[in-house]
Amino acid sequence: MHALYISLRSEFYKSRKTLAFWAAILLPLIICGLISSGFYYDAEKIIAGHYPPILLWARYSGASLNVMGFLIMPFYVIFMAFSVNNIEHKNDTWKMLFAQPLQKFSIYSAKYLYAILLIFICLFLFATLTFAFGHLLQLMVPKFNFDQYNPLKILINSYTKLFLASLGILSLQFIFSLLWSDFLKPMGIGFVGTIMGIITANIGWKYAYLNPYSLPTLALRITKVKQGDDPLAFPVFTQEIWTSLIYASVLFIIGYFIVTKKSIK
Amino acid sequence: MGNYAIETVGLNFNFDNQAIIKDLSLQVPKGSIYGFLGPNGAGKTTTIKILLNLLKSPSDQVFIFGKEINSNRISVLKRIGALVEQPAIYGHLTGKENLVNRCILLGIKKAKADEMLSLVGLAEASNKKANKYSLGMKQRLGIAQALISDPELLLLDEPTNGLDPNGIIEVRNLMIDLATKHQKTILVSSHLLAEIERTATHVGIINQGQLLFQGTINELHLLSKPSLEIEVNNIEDACTLLIKQGYEVTAKTERIITLPFISSQNSGELNTLLIQNGFIVSSLYQQRKDLENLFLDITKAN
Repeated sequence: MHALYISLRSEFYKSRKTLAFWAAILLPLIICGLISSGFYYDAEKIIAGHYPPILLWARYSGASLNVMGFLIMPFYVIFMAFSVNNIEHKNDTWKMLFAQPLQKFSIYSAKYLYAILLIFICLFLFATLTFAFGHLLQLMVPKFNFDQYNPLKILINSYTKLFLASLGILSLQFIFSLLWSDFLKPMGIGFVGTIMGIITANIGWKYAYLNPYSLPTLALRITKVKQGDDPLAFPVFTQEIWTSLIYASVLFIIGYFIVTKKSIK
Repeated sequence: MGNYAIETVGLNFNFDNQAIIKDLSLQVPKGSIYGFLGPNGAGKTTTIKILLNLLKSPSDQVFIFGKEINSNRISVLKRIGALVEQPAIYGHLTGKENLVNRCILLGIKKAKADEMLSLVGLAEASNKKANKYSLGMKQRLGIAQALISDPELLLLDEPTNGLDPNGIIEVRNLMIDLATKHQKTILVSSHLLAEIERTATHVGIINQGQLLFQGTINELHLLSKPSLEIEVNNIEDACTLLIKQGYEVTAKTERIITLPFISSQNSGELNTLLIQNGFIVSSLYQQRKDLENLFLDITKAN
C-alpha cells in the first residue's frame, strides 16, 4: 500500500506541470464558463421561454453534459490514458521506473489510478462548476429561476454515470498507450472506436453496449428526462455501467500482465 | 559467494531465440571498481539490465550480495543505484525536480536532492529544465540519481559518454572516491580500455555475449608480454644472424626487428652480438604491448 501511495505521489509530482494535469481543471472551467456566459448574454431570450426551474436546469446542465458525454469525454479519456504513459515513453524512463525497489503492480496501479483520478477531478469540477455557475447566474440575473430547484442529485447521478461509463474506454486505451509509444495508434483506434460507438449507440443497435466506446453515450441517453417522468428516478447502475466496470476490471488485470512481461529493451 | 557483490553463474539470455549472453560467470568482489569492457553490442547493457531485473534472468543464475535476484527483487534493488544507457530524465522537470521525484519514489528526504546536485556540480543549474541541459549535464544528473539512495552497489553504463575531458576526470575521481572512501562496489561498463585502466581494480572483457577475460587489472597487464624492438641497418642480414643464433623474431619491418623481451642482460647481449657482427644499432628498447591492442587481440580472436 505504501508503494502504491508513493508511486501515486510521484505521478502527481511528475505531471503537475503538464497539459494532462491542467486539462482536468481547465476543461470544465472553460466549457462551464462558456455555457454560463452564453446563458448570461442570452438571458432575455431564455427568460422569455418561461422554463420551469427543473427544465431550466436540464437545459443548462445538459449543454455541458451533452458536449462532454458525446464528444469530449471519449477523447479526453484517450488523451489521459496516453499522457500518463507517454511521460515515460517520451523520456525513456520506463527502465528507471521499473529498476526502483517498488512492486511492479504498485507502479502500474498508481499510473492507472492517477488517470482515473484525473478523470474524476475533471467530472467532479464539471458537476461542481455547473452547480456553482448556475447559482452565480441567478445572482447576476435574478429573473432566472435556478434557485427554485435543487439539481444536485441529478448532477451527481449523471456525472457518476458518465465517470463509470468511461472506465471501460480508459482501461482499453491505457493498454494501447502502454504498448505503443506513439500517439497515432492509440488515438486512431480510439477515434474510430468513438465514432463507431456514437453511431451504434444512436441507431440503437442491440449490442451497442458491448462496444466500450459507446458506453458514455448510452449512459447519458438514458438519463434524458422524459416528460412526465420523475427525472431523479433513473438508476446509476444500469447495464452499460456494469459492462464498463467489467471491461475496466478485466482489462486492468490484462494490462498488469502486459507490464510484468514488458521487457525493457 | 559471500565476497561478491555480483555473481552470475553460467548466465544465459536470449532475445527471440538469439543468444545474447552465453554462459556468463561474472564475479564482482565487494568494494571493487569492476571495469566491464567490450565493444558496442557485446552484451554489456543487456547484462546490466539483467542485474537490475529489467530483463528476467533464468532462476539461480544471478546473485546480488548473495541473494538470488528474481526472488529478492525489491530487497536487491534497494541496494543498487544505476545509470543505464541514456540517463532517465524527465525533460519537463528541472534537475532538482528530477531528483526530488526520485526521493519521493525511494522515500528519502528531499534535502538529499540539493546535496547530490552539489556533488555532481549541477547546483547552479538546479532550477533549469532538464531538457535544456547539455549531454554532459544530463549524464551528471543521471549519476546523481544513481547515487541519491546511497546504494552499496553502483551500476554505471558508459557513464563518461558525452562528457568533456574535465567531466571525464571528475567522474573518474568520483568513482575512485566512492570506492575507496565510501566502500561502494562499482560496476562500470565501457568500450574504451584506456578509460577503465585508469580506475578499475578488476576487469571483465565481454564479446558477443561471452566473457573472454576476468581478473584484476594486474592480471590483465601480465597478459600483455613486453617485447624488444631493435632499430638496425641491413634488416635482412640482422634477422638471419639472430635466427641462426637461436633467437625468435616475432616481427620485422623495414627498420625494426621485434623479439620477445627476456631480460635486460639478454637485451645487452643481443646488442653486443649485432655490433660485433658489424651492424649499426640505432636504438634498442623494451616495448610493452599496450592494452588497447591486447583488448583488440582478445576480442578479435573470438
